[in-house]
Amino acid sequence: MGVLKKLSTSLIAANTIRTTEIVQIRTESSTVKTFIIPDRLCSKAKPGQFLMVWIPGVDEIPMSIMDAANGLVSVSVKQVGDATRHLHSMKAGETVGIRGPFGNSFTESRGRVLLVSGGTGTAPLLFLAKQLAAKTERLSFVEGAKTKDELLFIRELNSVCNEKNLITTTEDGTYGLQCLVTEPLSSLLDKEKFDMIYTCGPEVMVKKIFELTEQRKLPIEASLERLMRCGIGLCGSCVIGKYRVCRDGPVFTAAQLREVKDELGVSKMGFDGSRIPF
Amino acid sequence: MNLESNPLSTRIAALELENPTILASGIMGYSAESLHRVAKGGAGAVVTKSIGIEPRVGYANPTVVQAESGLINAMGLPNPGIDLYAEEIKYSKIVLRVPLIVSVFGYSAEEYAAVAKKAVDAGADAVELNVSCPHVKQTGSEIGQHPKLLAEAVEEVKAAISKPTIVKLSPNVTDITAIARTAVEAGADALTAVNTLKAMAIDSETMRPVLSNIKGGLSGPAIKPVALRCVYDVREALPDVPIIGCGGITGWSDAVEFFLAGACAVQVGSAVALEDTEVFQAITKGVKVYLRKKHYGSVKEIVNLAHRS
Repeated sequence: MGVLKKLSTSLIAANTIRTTEIVQIRTESSTVKTFIIPDRLCSKAKPGQFLMVWIPGVDEIPMSIMDAANGLVSVSVKQVGDATRHLHSMKAGETVGIRGPFGNSFTESRGRVLLVSGGTGTAPLLFLAKQLAAKTERLSFVEGAKTKDELLFIRELNSVCNEKNLITTTEDGTYGLQCLVTEPLSSLLDKEKFDMIYTCGPEVMVKKIFELTEQRKLPIEASLERLMRCGIGLCGSCVIGKYRVCRDGPVFTAAQLREVKDELGVSKMGFDGSRIPF
Repeated sequence: MNLESNPLSTRIAALELENPTILASGIMGYSAESLHRVAKGGAGAVVTKSIGIEPRVGYANPTVVQAESGLINAMGLPNPGIDLYAEEIKYSKIVLRVPLIVSVFGYSAEEYAAVAKKAVDAGADAVELNVSCPHVKQTGSEIGQHPKLLAEAVEEVKAAISKPTIVKLSPNVTDITAIARTAVEAGADALTAVNTLKAMAIDSETMRPVLSNIKGGLSGPAIKPVALRCVYDVREALPDVPIIGCGGITGWSDAVEFFLAGACAVQVGSAVALEDTEVFQAITKGVKVYLRKKHYGSVKEIVNLAHRS
């Protein structure tokens, strides 16, 4: 009971909305901006966790955390719809509301690790890479995007994992290898031994990567994304199989991914609770 | 299991429950997998999300806001519509070992009846009429606050189905016993007391209401004393109707208080956020210990006991 009480108290604190001024906004690409926000609770977040950003009068959206330290938390936001368009139009000094941090986090694996990201899925994996860099024997990173402009955090990744351990791919060949991120992965997994694979990105990509790791019986942790409302495991909007992405995830292990493989990369729940194909 | 010899078993009209904890409507209730998980967490029965005749996407976020001792929500009855949801009901019936109660809402008596019939045809063991959703216009509380509209809805549903009809009462009325009486006289087999209390949250920094719908319904520990009083009052007014207590039940002692006030079962919602799906078995276990300590043989024996004095 004591443990539960403590858990309840910390969840209530995390779930209480805090309005705060954005201190800095960085442009990462033509569609992605990073928002740096002061928040004591979220500045202690672990890689893989997410927060809810309230854009007053517009919407509240889940964002995975890209960095957290010294009283600040950063989220990298791609402009994809109404809420993110409003957020992109905001300036430093303007006010947003924050709830969180929510969800579980990536486990810290030692030895040889491989991180695979697609699009804005790079943000939480950059956070993870920074934390793992000093602890692992070797850290390799494969990043993919549609085009060069969308290939995020190349400079940061180069400094975290040493240039030769970074593979980049673009679908149009404007930077790195011209292929899908999954392509160089097969040979990499065959050639080298990894103790853990971490991934985050479009779910169809995650599904393919999971298939590759399953064929080779490799451990994997994947961060998934769903429509979210409450963020605390109540409303059931973000479910995949029996799991709630907000509460049981967003990071899932190979064993859990196996349980939801019929839905993974196949369908997700829409705002009306119906299943929408990817 | 022989329910007669099970001290935790309870009966709500024709529904036999192995334990008196029920998942409240609105919590995780979209998919069969979610409901199954809650049942495995120990719920004696589960109530689905409120389902209407047409799909609804609900309101924009924020739809949930933390209050001092509870949560305020205004989801806006998001649901895929009964035709699509019927498939989920069918699948739920295959995987669930506990009664499945489908929550139903409508904009007219005919709609309530049409949805209830489709739900029962798909396999629902009972329906719970959401006549008390405090934040969607023309449905919910509007019907739950008007005796004539409520009576029509209950009568239409009763004529359409043969499974138990439970009416979920709104606390946002002057006299809950009057509405309860109307529901029972119209044929309700059981009552759930209560739905959320109309509430709102305002952020002082931005000087705005937080919920996109401005107003919502308060749930959680903050409303427990109010819900308990509602159950007590309804029991005084209607000694025979089965009542399901709902509002701020987090632990076994809350559940016991509702039994003593006159409830024969309890629904748990917000506590799932705080203590996860295992909250049901934790409550049941605590109730069992309480019964033994107090030398009572079953939950049924303590129902109403607070009315003795």
